[in-house]
Amino acid sequence: MSERSCLTANAWVCPEYVRSRSQELLDATAQHVGIALSSVAIGLLVALPLALLARRRKGFAGPVLGLTTVLYTVPSLAMFALLMPVFGLSASVVVTGLVLYSLTVLVRNILAGLESVPDEAREAALGMGYGPWRLLFEVELPLALPALMAGLRIATVSAVSLTTVGAIVGYGGLGNLIYEGMDTLFKSQVLTASALCVLLAVVFDVLLLWVQRRLTPWARTSRTRRGGRRSRRGAAKGLDTAEAADAREAAGAADPSGNRTVKAG
Amino acid sequence: MGAMTDAFGWLLTGANWAGAAGAGRRLGEHLFLTAVCLAVACAIALPVALWLGHIGRGGALAVNISNAGRAVPTFAVLVLLTLTPLGGHGELPTIIALVLFAVPPLLTNAYVGMREADRDVVEAARGMGMSGRQLLARVELPLAFPLIMTGIRSAAVQVVATATLAALPGGGGLGRIITAGFNTYNTPQVVAGAILVAVLALLVEALLALAQWRFDPMRRRRRPVPPRGPGVPRRLRMPAARARPRPEPARRP
Repeated sequence: MSERSCLTANAWVCPEYVRSRSQELLDATAQHVGIALSSVAIGLLVALPLALLARRRKGFAGPVLGLTTVLYTVPSLAMFALLMPVFGLSASVVVTGLVLYSLTVLVRNILAGLESVPDEAREAALGMGYGPWRLLFEVELPLALPALMAGLRIATVSAVSLTTVGAIVGYGGLGNLIYEGMDTLFKSQVLTASALCVLLAVVFDVLLLWVQRRLTPWARTSRTRRGGRRSRRGAAKGLDTAEAADAREAAGAADPSGNRTVKAG
Repeated sequence: MGAMTDAFGWLLTGANWAGAAGAGRRLGEHLFLTAVCLAVACAIALPVALWLGHIGRGGALAVNISNAGRAVPTFAVLVLLTLTPLGGHGELPTIIALVLFAVPPLLTNAYVGMREADRDVVEAARGMGMSGRQLLARVELPLAFPLIMTGIRSAAVQVVATATLAALPGGGGLGRIITAGFNTYNTPQVVAGAILVAVLALLVEALLALAQWRFDPMRRRRRPVPPRGPGVPRRLRMPAARARPRPEPARRP
């Protein structure tokens, strides 16, 4: 009976709410994860060729980086509102918006990662008879992986947080519950959904960090010794390496800002 | 493209700009909120960051606060604050949320800027007998200026974006044009509001970028050093990086 009353009393913390609406919470979480992850995955698929193109042709790099930065600056609510006439009220609005945001971080980090590949490694591979594709996939991309994964973590965490705004078109995952709770002044629903959002972001961040450790076993031994020095150098040069982007955005960034940049709006 | 034409039609209609819920009033609210919250956030974050950077402590705090800022959804914080008793005080929840989300980029960038100030130059200045205060004001601050401004830029963009979201729980600002359009199924109005918000965000970013370039105390010094003469081999020329971080007071007293 006392647990029933936390619903009627509209308490902030209410285990009864979580128990009675667990299905609703699960569905919202599933939608949230689906939207956030698919947009980061698409973002990665788009960012990789863009970064490779930008590296190949210097004339292409400026416009790509400029355009993605401009897109990053556009507030999320405006972005979804602008995409709404194109896609109607659908999940595509949210996914497209989040893809566009993730491009900024991903393209920058992939470029920085590729630029950090030592010339010696590249020349050694060429000397061993590696073709351009094998060079890319077996030498350059693995060496660029730490920067890429750092970008992927930032992009994923931002995407999870920004998915909530998708509630404006009805596809915001846990954001829908927050929106609904806002209209009905349902405190425990808002708090539970918000806490789940933060939890999701943290879980994905830790998961990606683990994947990165597994993918780059060679970075682990030198990590403690060189981590600090490397981060200082990256930021001092004004390069958008993982750490510098982290400092920005930080950015948000928006940013990207980002930039860093921290992109939370 | 029809939606765009309709949106520009909406923007060019004078009646939409007038009145208590008109775009003019909303733009004013948005600018007011942005300016006030950015100023408050700077007043809170910059002294802390500059001091921490100067004494070289609290680096983990500065970086983690930025990561946390990214993970917490702005929308959730706005709604949570509105549902607390603070919600009864007009724009107060919006202002608190805006300041909260402007602090991380300011803090992190200013801190990193202070720490990244060329250690050789800082050591040299200390060796010349500069006091902590002189070091901070004349050496570290000018060197950290670009990153401090980067922080202010991303904070400003963040504030403009968050102020837009404040419309969802009923706050003022340009976001209200978008939400009102959604509620009345008025697509031209939704797109028009979005255009206004996007243009405002880009303008704020561009203006601050211009200010960063214009007021950079090291701008003149950062140009590459011209060659000493036609006969000097490249490797004997003064490297630009060495010549760059030489602040005014580093001259002989």
